[in-house]
Amino acid sequence: MFTRTTFAAATAALLMTGSAAMAGPKAEVLHWWTSGGEAKAVAVLQKEFADNGGEWTDMPVAGGGGDAAMTALRARVLSGNPPTAVQLKGPAIQEWYAEGVLADISDVAKAEGWDKILPPAIAKHMKCDGKWCAAPVNVHRVDWIWANADILKKYNIKMPTTWAEFNAAADKLKAAGVTPLAHGGQAWQDATVFEAIAKGILGADGFRKAFVELDTATLTSDKMIAVFDQMRKMRGYVDDNFSGRDWNLATAMVMNGEAAFQIMGDWAKGEFMAAGKVPGKDFLCGATPGGGFLYNVDSFAMFKVAGADRQAGQKLLAKLIVGKNFQKVFNLYKGSIPVRTDVSLDDFDVCAHKSAADMAAASADGSLLPSYAHGMALRSAQSGAITDVVTAFFNSDMSSADAVKALAKAVKNSL
Amino acid sequence: MAWLEKHVPKMVLAPSFAVILFFVYGFIGWTAWVSLTRSRLLPRYDIVGFIQYQRLFDSPRWDTAISNLFIFGFLFIVISMFLGLFLAILLDQKIRTEGMLRTIYLYPMALSLIVTGTAWKWILNPGLGIEAVVRGWGFENFRFDWLINPDYAIYTIVIAGVWQASGFVMALFLAGLRSVDDEIIKAAQVDGIPTLRIYSAIIIPSMAPIFLSAFIVLAHLAIKSFDLVIALTGGGPGYATDLPATYMYALAFSRGDIGQAASSAMVMMMVVFAIVVPYLYSELRAKND
Repeated sequence: MFTRTTFAAATAALLMTGSAAMAGPKAEVLHWWTSGGEAKAVAVLQKEFADNGGEWTDMPVAGGGGDAAMTALRARVLSGNPPTAVQLKGPAIQEWYAEGVLADISDVAKAEGWDKILPPAIAKHMKCDGKWCAAPVNVHRVDWIWANADILKKYNIKMPTTWAEFNAAADKLKAAGVTPLAHGGQAWQDATVFEAIAKGILGADGFRKAFVELDTATLTSDKMIAVFDQMRKMRGYVDDNFSGRDWNLATAMVMNGEAAFQIMGDWAKGEFMAAGKVPGKDFLCGATPGGGFLYNVDSFAMFKVAGADRQAGQKLLAKLIVGKNFQKVFNLYKGSIPVRTDVSLDDFDVCAHKSAADMAAASADGSLLPSYAHGMALRSAQSGAITDVVTAFFNSDMSSADAVKALAKAVKNSL
Repeated sequence: MAWLEKHVPKMVLAPSFAVILFFVYGFIGWTAWVSLTRSRLLPRYDIVGFIQYQRLFDSPRWDTAISNLFIFGFLFIVISMFLGLFLAILLDQKIRTEGMLRTIYLYPMALSLIVTGTAWKWILNPGLGIEAVVRGWGFENFRFDWLINPDYAIYTIVIAGVWQASGFVMALFLAGLRSVDDEIIKAAQVDGIPTLRIYSAIIIPSMAPIFLSAFIVLAHLAIKSFDLVIALTGGGPGYATDLPATYMYALAFSRGDIGQAASSAMVMMMVVFAIVVPYLYSELRAKND
């Protein structure tokens, strides 16, 4: 009898410690970082979360550049059981807020001083109705131009600083039988090149008017026609087999000396690095002509969850994501740069240094711009409508004048 | 007991009937409702009228998708039927290796459309496939770049689709040819009627029901085509090879535009009805007569 009571008491004690451990911070995290470097980057966050006593439930949903994850998210939200944190970015955060399902993490943001360490243009994306509802992870620069150093040396070409210079260099290369531009004919890649050109020709204010405010006058302006004219030129600089090619295969063309340039975000750097190429020596990185800085910021949106343990997990996660250590380690793996401006960049490469310097400069002079092609500027229905026009133009013989008309119509139709 | 005998079949069927009523017709109704709202990321239920249909028919991408459906559907059905019939007639000449040939022709049907699409993507790629091979033979000016030409890309989908389906149509027709009464054919042969005329005047007309089934099978394959396009062209170049199914998927799952996707799904369903309802009507009427 006595032993039995002791046993029961011991079990009860065990159960209690068990449930005490269960009450630690918990987070279920939905993301689609499942490939090589990205998976390593997420593992960093997982470990840090566990080191701080948290219990991480991983919910990776790969496929379709996040489409599959968004479908999973929809199902979870509709069933009233959203994950704690979800990889979301740009206006999609505010869209989910409008559905009334995002949490308020302003107390973490205040305690950590996010307002002081984040560039204001980027901080704006993390706020819903003035309250913080998401935590930024990294800054990808979209408007990079990557070049094969040997080809440029051989034909005595400098990294272009204006579109005219780019065209002159490309014509020279084409005449010599080298493919000037490595490009994959997928709609989002067409859009990436298009927005880099638009940034250069429209300027920061024009870009914002066109792709953030969707101002009809700017969308149909002569400058926009000039953007399409340059896009038409680009079509002449790609090889015949570009249709449907994946972006990393286009990067490999630059790497192997089959093409001179590629316009792509800094995830392309990861491909060069993985192949053992050295920035500044084997390949060059430069901003696309025309100043400014197009950013693509990954972030985690925090959903309304029940239970003190999950809410504590949410706050801990938010704190760790913006923390200095994670910002540094994660971005070294991912190829992007830290979103906070006070992280030491000693371990980063020259391209990341350039990216950070340009971001600071752009933030100061107001030319830090959201990438429309990567879902930072517009709702996906609107940006998709613009991309439809861009890709139709790039793959046909549509005139630039018709293209701006189609653009204005598509934007109006998508509102 | 008599009561049971009368009602057991109904009771057995009731669950599946209820499930179909809910999951098929229920969700058709749900989609119709959502297509009348301004739903974006998540469905909303306040009806705003036909705005989504207006947007749909204003969209040049939807125009492309619908006209692609008609080009693809028409060519796919006509060429598959013609080729299938032709192969069936050839196989019907009592040749020795019929069994083996029949298997070979039927084999593509066993492949997933994803496999077909991927294989044809490589075959038709100008830098890897037919064009590169013929150029390698010395014909430097040979061009076969339909896959990357927005005006012709839709025809590459017809090619792959026909390759996949014509063997199946052949099997259907072969069965049909075999079911024609031998006596009639022998009588015609005795009368000295040429073989071609026996086929055109006697055998083919007597296979009308087979034509109809082949048409229905091919038509619904054409309308729901999705995987072939995704694997072969990804809807590109640009959106030149979009079909209504790929359009709907893009709008619902990548663009967060559920209302618009629902309206395109409804239009797709109406196209299917336009084909299937006359068929059902004629079938039912034939039985009542």
